[in-house]
Amino acid sequence: MAAVQGGLVDASEEKDIKTEPSSDGCGNNDTNDARPLSTSPGSNAPGGNAKTSSGSTEEQQTLLAVLQFLKKNNLTESVEILRREAGLPEDSLDLKGSDSSGASSGGSAGGVDGVGVDASALLSRVTVSSSAGVQAPMKTSGEDQPDVNVVLSAYSQQGDPALYETYYSGLKRFIETVLDCHRAELSQVFYPLFVHMYLELVYNNHENEAKSFFEKFSGDQECYYEEDLRVLSSLTKKEHMRGNETLLDFRTSKFVLRISRDSYQLLKRHLQERQNNQIWNIIQEHLYIDIFDGMPRSKSQIDAMSGSLAGEAKRDANKSKVYYGLLKEPEIELPLDDEDEEAENEEGKPKKKKPKKDSMGSKSKKQDPNAPSQTRIPLPELKDSDKLDKIMYMKEATKRIRLGPETLPSICFYSFLNAYQGLTAVDLTDDSSLIAGGFADSTVRVWCVTPKKLRKVKSAADLNLIDKESDDVLERIMDEKTASESKILYGHSGPVYGISFSPDRNYLLSSSEDGTVRLWSLQTFTCLVGYKGHNYPVWDTQFSPHGYYFVSGGHDRVARLWATDHYQPLRMFAGHLADITCTRFHPNSNYVATGSSDRTIRLWDVLTGNCVRIFTGHKGPIHALAFSPNGKFLASGATDGRVLLWDIGHGLMIGELKGHTDTIYALRFSRDGEILASGSMDNTVRLWDSMKAFDDLETDDFTAATGHIHLQDNSQELLLGTYMSKSTPVIHLHFTRRNLLLAAGAYNP
Amino acid sequence: MAEERRQKQCSVVLPTESMKAMAESVGVGQLQEDSCVALSEEVSYRIKEIAQDALKFMHHGKRRKLTTSDVDNALKLKNVEPLYGFQSQEFIPFRFASGGGRELHFYEEKEVDLSDIINTPLPRVPLDVSLKAHWLSIEGMQPAIPENPPPATKEQQKSESTEPLKVVKPGQEEEGTIQNKTQGTTATDGKGKEKGMIRLKPRSTHELSVEQQLYYKEITEACVGSCEAKRAVCLFYGDSEGVRVNVVQNNLALLIYLMRMVKALMDNPTLYLEKYLHELIPAVVTCIVSKQLCLRPDVDNHWALRDFAARLMAQSCKTFSTTTNNIQSRITKTFTKSWLDDKTQWTTRYGCIAGLAELGPDVIKTLILPRLSVEGARIKAVMEGPVVSNIDKIGADHVQSLLLKHCASVIAKIRPQPDNVEQYRSDYGYLGPMLCSHVMKARTQAALQAQQVNRTTLTITQPRPTLSVSQSGLSGSSGPRTPSIIKVPSSLTLMSPRPGTPSQPSPPATKYIVMATSAGAASTQQVITLSSSQTASPVTSTVPSASSTLQPLVKLESGSGTGLTGSRPLQKYIVVSLPSSASSSLENKSSVLPTSISSTQLEAGMKLDRSESPGASTQSPH
Repeated sequence: MAAVQGGLVDASEEKDIKTEPSSDGCGNNDTNDARPLSTSPGSNAPGGNAKTSSGSTEEQQTLLAVLQFLKKNNLTESVEILRREAGLPEDSLDLKGSDSSGASSGGSAGGVDGVGVDASALLSRVTVSSSAGVQAPMKTSGEDQPDVNVVLSAYSQQGDPALYETYYSGLKRFIETVLDCHRAELSQVFYPLFVHMYLELVYNNHENEAKSFFEKFSGDQECYYEEDLRVLSSLTKKEHMRGNETLLDFRTSKFVLRISRDSYQLLKRHLQERQNNQIWNIIQEHLYIDIFDGMPRSKSQIDAMSGSLAGEAKRDANKSKVYYGLLKEPEIELPLDDEDEEAENEEGKPKKKKPKKDSMGSKSKKQDPNAPSQTRIPLPELKDSDKLDKIMYMKEATKRIRLGPETLPSICFYSFLNAYQGLTAVDLTDDSSLIAGGFADSTVRVWCVTPKKLRKVKSAADLNLIDKESDDVLERIMDEKTASESKILYGHSGPVYGISFSPDRNYLLSSSEDGTVRLWSLQTFTCLVGYKGHNYPVWDTQFSPHGYYFVSGGHDRVARLWATDHYQPLRMFAGHLADITCTRFHPNSNYVATGSSDRTIRLWDVLTGNCVRIFTGHKGPIHALAFSPNGKFLASGATDGRVLLWDIGHGLMIGELKGHTDTIYALRFSRDGEILASGSMDNTVRLWDSMKAFDDLETDDFTAATGHIHLQDNSQELLLGTYMSKSTPVIHLHFTRRNLLLAAGAYNP
Repeated sequence: MAEERRQKQCSVVLPTESMKAMAESVGVGQLQEDSCVALSEEVSYRIKEIAQDALKFMHHGKRRKLTTSDVDNALKLKNVEPLYGFQSQEFIPFRFASGGGRELHFYEEKEVDLSDIINTPLPRVPLDVSLKAHWLSIEGMQPAIPENPPPATKEQQKSESTEPLKVVKPGQEEEGTIQNKTQGTTATDGKGKEKGMIRLKPRSTHELSVEQQLYYKEITEACVGSCEAKRAVCLFYGDSEGVRVNVVQNNLALLIYLMRMVKALMDNPTLYLEKYLHELIPAVVTCIVSKQLCLRPDVDNHWALRDFAARLMAQSCKTFSTTTNNIQSRITKTFTKSWLDDKTQWTTRYGCIAGLAELGPDVIKTLILPRLSVEGARIKAVMEGPVVSNIDKIGADHVQSLLLKHCASVIAKIRPQPDNVEQYRSDYGYLGPMLCSHVMKARTQAALQAQQVNRTTLTITQPRPTLSVSQSGLSGSSGPRTPSIIKVPSSLTLMSPRPGTPSQPSPPATKYIVMATSAGAASTQQVITLSSSQTASPVTSTVPSASSTLQPLVKLESGSGTGLTGSRPLQKYIVVSLPSSASSSLENKSSVLPTSISSTQLEAGMKLDRSESPGASTQSPH
């Protein structure tokens, strides 16, 4: 594989010289394949920092290679389609082909000489050198699992296995002796280096060396990598590497490190002086070093951001603009003044709405500059019932209690009794009238928590009999005989892990181990659709705040965006390196946040399907996400028991809330965003002063530009209350429209 | 740390013997050593892989325990047929065997005779999942109810759970709260009850240690035994064990002793009975309203027991009633309901009235007085009608004297001076004339002694010093009396999940007594600051109230003051809030209330009530 890159890079080098660490070193190395140890680090570009980005050029080259391959096999149609998709000009194929051949034959020193010079020849080299099947060049496509052999082939280069320990400890000694300010930064290199060296040893069948290498150095690694190390430790044979997902993650993605320029220069000089090729190669090939100018970061700054499976997010990954503002509420005329008394008297009676005014410009509230345009993604039109619900919402909102450190919310706890550890998911409707539970026995149960009972709609035959003109037709279609406090929905064939009510309370979504997401009607209490797409367990699903759309994510690492009336997903969000454990919609429905077992959170643009934010810093799989009501902030909770707060607009971590001692399964902001409630496996509900957390934020330009946030350790000040439940893990939290906190969990005696 | 971790991570591999044993079990006799090694490494790796996947399922199942179904799911993930037959929820009963130099863990599968299965009766259907709501926190405070864990710190719990006296079961550490040795058992007791309440299978009976059993025996013997000295000692220690009133025996003496024991418990300041009220209160209520409490109801003085228990009830209402448990309103409801029932026996009737009357003058005024005429007619029917039975007659007689006793003082206060017998008759029916004479007696008495509620006590004197300054300070306005129990029934709606209004300190150990009446639509509120170290003259100022939330109105501080308060060691604040028009009548108050009644108001109202009734005074909680 390295050969591919090397060759292609060489070909393109003349055209654009990037100012980033180069991968041409490896290209050169590959030419020296026969020799056990390349002596070529000196052949790095003189400037020392010439590098092709793994970005567009390389991608284009690969595309061209694919095109060539297709052409060679006379698959003209495919060529045509791919070319159109990739947006390459008609003649690009030939042009580029000759271009690159010209370049390589003319320019590169030892890279591709002696080998065929056109792209198809390059291609054949790929297949040869990778000792893999024909499908080798498929590597670039995101979702297709790259062939293991191709991926692993990079390890084929031989070094003396006995020297690995020497190399590693040599580097360790060096880093331990550098100036303090650089040490923390350079220490980041240890973990990825350790992993790759270990894997190299394993791949080359040096089992014993690998074991002793692991034993010697695994203790040095940061404790938050413990879980990955455990996976690694069990992996001692080349055969095991095949099909091991964790391993593939290490290989397919470059581990991203952020290092200041000074520190990087230091490291580089050291490695070059010592002719320490082995390590240099690994750094070149498997690490992406994001160099920034300025002060090196401190240990605590680094620790705050590291911990994910693939290092930190690249800085440019979080640069794109995110429209985090809220959509303008639809105009619904509401007599606010005298509604209080009336509401008391006429509750239940649908209120007469005043005719909607055409007041597009008259509204005093200006469009938020950070908000996406109203029609950025098509949203469903409001039905009359939705409008009524909005009115109810506004009425309730006027009675809302303003929370704060002085006025904490009351917490009402819904315990599921006799659940025998089988409760896996809970959701409440926005108006807090219905509660649903997903269970390990594949059932979904819906309870009504108001005195009103749940009723089904009558059967079709009975519906024919009723008077459709009558005023209370909505009442008449309900079958009184079926009234009960709870209903059970059967249909899944595995534990139900995710559950979500639609905003209009007519539908319920459930996702299950059986790989399906099901849509249930809460009118008939039957299953309407089974959405198949995920072939593996679906860990979470959620309706968009505006209904119609929903998102699901699961073991297959791909989050999917669906619309209820399409049986196929509208968008696939691929990028996570491990299971997607939780999914949340942004309040404006334009973005989706996903948390994953790879310990990162990603924010996806629903419109384009792009990943617009990557947040790293958690040290364990993420199990809870919550957007603040104003859409500006995101809170996340993980198995490490910490809640992290993120500023979406700047793409920064802005707070850390420590206190929980076990996995956090539930997070929720109060309706006004003053209080953040978190619920955990440790049987507690904790309340945090989110206002203070956001206000304390130091947002000077420097932090915003570099993303090097200095976190204060003020969890104790922000913690407003801890409430123990009696052996009841808290798995769902919900603020009612009046800011009463509802919590739910199963009592485990 | 690193050392430890490394040990954990050193790849553990199944022993090759296991491979051999397994190979033999499937009929492969001779397995090469090399193959064994290769196999065990491969198997170990795969097992670890599956275990890691299974952990994912455990996490998503929101559990701490890995179950067999998790492993099944992990296997399914790998497209492997899951293992059938391992369905144990709790644990898999692996058995250990050794022999021939081998050690083996195996899963015992018994052969089952189908006919046995068919013939055994079906097991009970497991209980269905149900939903139960409770308050985890009210405006930041966690109420002490059985659903919530006891408010003990972790350290305390830990030290107690490691205490040798207590048999600690795994998983129990978090729950055990124990103030001291004696309460150790009550805590477990309460837990057992909790389990019963949610109707789980009674899996565990709580074992008492030998010492505790002995202690229990001693205590109960002493309480119900014949030795008075011993009894005094153990009443002093106070222990809630054995508060299981066995009314069926009709042993009056025993019941009295037990009630005294409850009393002792309540007076014990080191005990926090909040969590055990659900056991105490039914016992007490039984003693108040039971149809029969003794073998010879016509001779024995079970009325005294009822009186005593009623006072006990009133005391516990005062001490423990909060907005969350609503004891007082619930008790009031119970009493009223059975009193209003026509078929109720005289004994029960007596108990109900006694129970209500002890709750204070407001309750008497709103609940008893309106029914005086009805009750009078009933008494008349018994007294003057054909003699049905002696027991009824005695009962009616007692009810009559009870009503007269309690109502007279109240009527004396609310009725204008000239007491006209005819008017009384028209107002109160049969009891009118008698009431009239009692009222007149009460008035003369009141003139002599300022404000003393006449009460008969059984044996124990009320150890509560009275503080008359508050009365003198407040009686001028007579305000605090007006919020009455009539509000209480409407308070039941408070339990619906609606946010309440501002917080206020109300936990058991506080030394604050907050009295409040409805602020209603009052736009201004009076703040009376009154310091007892000076005189009892209130300093009154009027502040505009921003909202309808309560403002403290009367603040009474008794410092190291003189005279009246000198004996009290603790400084106390009495915060009373009054309506702007302190003299407004009950009727128009209750018309203000229904819409915007808030928990705070209500609770305050109830507290006020409590602090009023025994001698209209604040008391120092022990």
